[in-house]
Amino acid sequence: MRFLRAQVVSFVAIGLLATSCGQKGEQESTSGNEAKLTGEIKIDGSSTVYPITEAVAEEFRTDQPDVKVTVGVSGTGGGFKKFGRGETDINDASRPIKEQEAAACKENNINYVELKVAYDGLVVVVNKENTWVDHFTVEELKKIWEPGAQEKITTWNQIRPNWPKEKFNLYGPGVASGTYDYFTEAVVGKSGSSRGDYTASEDDNVLVQGTSGDKNGLAFFGLAYYEENKDKLKLVGIDNGKGVVMPSVETVKNGTYSPLSRPVFIYVTDVAAKRPEVSSFVNFYLSNAPTLVPDVGYIPLNDDEYAAETAKFTSFGKPQ
Amino acid sequence: MSNVKRNRNIDTAFKYVGIFFTLFGIAVLFVFIINILIDGLTRINWEFLTNLPSRRASKAGILTAWTGTAWILALTALIAIPIGVAAGIYLQEYGRKNRIARIIELNIANLAGVPSIIYGLLGLEIFVRLMNLGGSLLAGALTLSLLILPVIIVATREALKAVPNSLREASYGMGATKWQTVWHQVLPAASGGILTGIILALSRAVGETAPLIVIGALAYVPFVADSPLDEFTVLPIQIFNWVSRPQEEFLVNGAAAIIILLLITFVMNGIAVYLRNKWQKKISW
Repeated sequence: MRFLRAQVVSFVAIGLLATSCGQKGEQESTSGNEAKLTGEIKIDGSSTVYPITEAVAEEFRTDQPDVKVTVGVSGTGGGFKKFGRGETDINDASRPIKEQEAAACKENNINYVELKVAYDGLVVVVNKENTWVDHFTVEELKKIWEPGAQEKITTWNQIRPNWPKEKFNLYGPGVASGTYDYFTEAVVGKSGSSRGDYTASEDDNVLVQGTSGDKNGLAFFGLAYYEENKDKLKLVGIDNGKGVVMPSVETVKNGTYSPLSRPVFIYVTDVAAKRPEVSSFVNFYLSNAPTLVPDVGYIPLNDDEYAAETAKFTSFGKPQ
Repeated sequence: MSNVKRNRNIDTAFKYVGIFFTLFGIAVLFVFIINILIDGLTRINWEFLTNLPSRRASKAGILTAWTGTAWILALTALIAIPIGVAAGIYLQEYGRKNRIARIIELNIANLAGVPSIIYGLLGLEIFVRLMNLGGSLLAGALTLSLLILPVIIVATREALKAVPNSLREASYGMGATKWQTVWHQVLPAASGGILTGIILALSRAVGETAPLIVIGALAYVPFVADSPLDEFTVLPIQIFNWVSRPQEEFLVNGAAAIIILLLITFVMNGIAVYLRNKWQKKISW
C-alpha cells in the first residue's frame, strides 16, 4: 500500500514537472531511468516493424520491469483499425497512414504523431542461374507489375528484346502487406494496384524459396531476407534515371537506392503520449534504435534524424 | 467359377490398395515428424521452455506461448465440452424429430464447415467489443468454443445414435426415468465416440491461429497470464512469427516450438484415450 502511494506521488511529481517546465524531454528521460514506472503499453500493427519493436520492448523490460508491453501483428492496416478506435497506444506501420485511416482517427478524436524509426530496402531478385538480367529500370519494373500487364507481359523478351523468349514467374508479398502497398506505390504509381497473376505469400521465406528454385523466377521483398539468403539469389540493381544502384545499407540510408528504400514508422496517440510509461518507452525506442535496429536486420536512421524524431515527440507530448 | 475367381482377385487387390494408402498416410506423417525432429530437437532445453520471447534467437523462449496455449485449451474444454455434449444429448434423446429439429441439425452440420476466420470476426464483435472482454484469454476461448461446438455436437449425436435401442428399453423396463437411462446407461456406452469427437475438436482448436489473431491475440507478451482476462499469445502464432523471419536460427526455433505443440497435442490425446479405455472397461453387456 505504501509502495503504491509512493508511486502515485511520483507520478504526480513527474506530471507537475512536465507541465511546469519546458524541457519535458530531458525531465522524462532522466526520471524514466530512476522512477519505477508501471502500467501497460498496447502496441499492434505491421509484422515488418515487429522485430524492431520486439527488440525495444525486450530491452525496455530490463529498464522498467513493471511496465507490461505487449505487441501484436495484425498488419499495418489491421493495426490502424484498432489504433483509430483507441484500442491501442502505439501502431507499428511499414507505410504512412492512409487518408481514410487518418479520417477514422479524427472521427474518434484521436490525435497522433508519426515517428520514423528505421529504413527498410525492398530488393528485386532473380534466380542464380539467370544470366541475362543485370539491372531493371523503374519503367521496366512498372511494365512487369502494372495491372495492365496481366496475361499480356509474360516473357522476358517483352521487357528487353535481347532477353530469352521464356515465360517468367513472379513472386511477391500478399496484397494485405505494407510492403506490397509500398512497392506498388513506388513502381506502378498507385498503392495497391498491380497485376494479379503472381504467386503471393505473407511469408517472405516462401518467396525466397520460390525464386531460388525457379530459373525464371522474379521476386521482391525486404532487404533482410536477401541478406540471409545471399548464396541462393541474384540481386538486381535498379536504375531510376541516374544509373544503376545496388541496394545496400549505404545506398538505402543515403537515399540513392530510390525508389525502393522506405522508412518504417511508429504512431503514438496523444492520450498515450501523456502517460509517463509510454513517453518513457518511446524515448527509449528512439535512443536505442541505432543499436537495436541493425541487430534485427534493418537500417537505422542517422543520429541527427533520430534526434529530430525525439524532438518531434517531445513537442507533441507538451500540453498545448 | 471364373466370376468367383475375379471377385477374389478384386478383393485381394482392394486389400493391398487399402494397405498402401494407410501406409502412405503414416509415411507422410513419419517423414514430417522426423524432419521437424532433426531441425528442432537440439534446440529444446529447459531455457527454451522458460524464457520470454527475444530478438536473439538463441535466448528466445516460448514460456508465454505454451502457457497461453495451455490456458486456451483448458478454458475452451471447460466451455465447449459441457455445452456441446449437453446439446448433443438434447437433440438426440429429448428433442422431437420435427422440421425445426431437421433445420437445426442441418445448420449445425453447416457450421462445422465455416472457415475459422469467420468465427474470429464473430468473436471480435461479440466477445471483444460487445461483451468488452478485450483481447483476453476468455474471449479467445469463447471464440474457439464456438468453432469446435458443431464438431462436438455432431460427434455426440452420432455416438448416442450408435447405442442400441434395446439398452434404453431395458432401462425403462426396469422403471428408470429418462434422465437415469441417459446418465447411467446411454452416456457411458457412448463415451468412447464422444471422447473421440472431443479429441478431434480440441486438436483443431490447439492449432488455430487466424481467429485468435483477429480477436487480438498478440505476438510479444512478456508475462504469463494469471487470470482468464489477461492478454495472451499461443504457440501457433509464435511459430508463424518465427518461420517468417529471415534468420535461419529463428526457423530452428520454429521447428522446436512445433515439436512442443505436437507434444501438447499428443499428451492431450493420450489422456483422452486413457479415459476412454478406463470408462469402456466398466461397460459389460
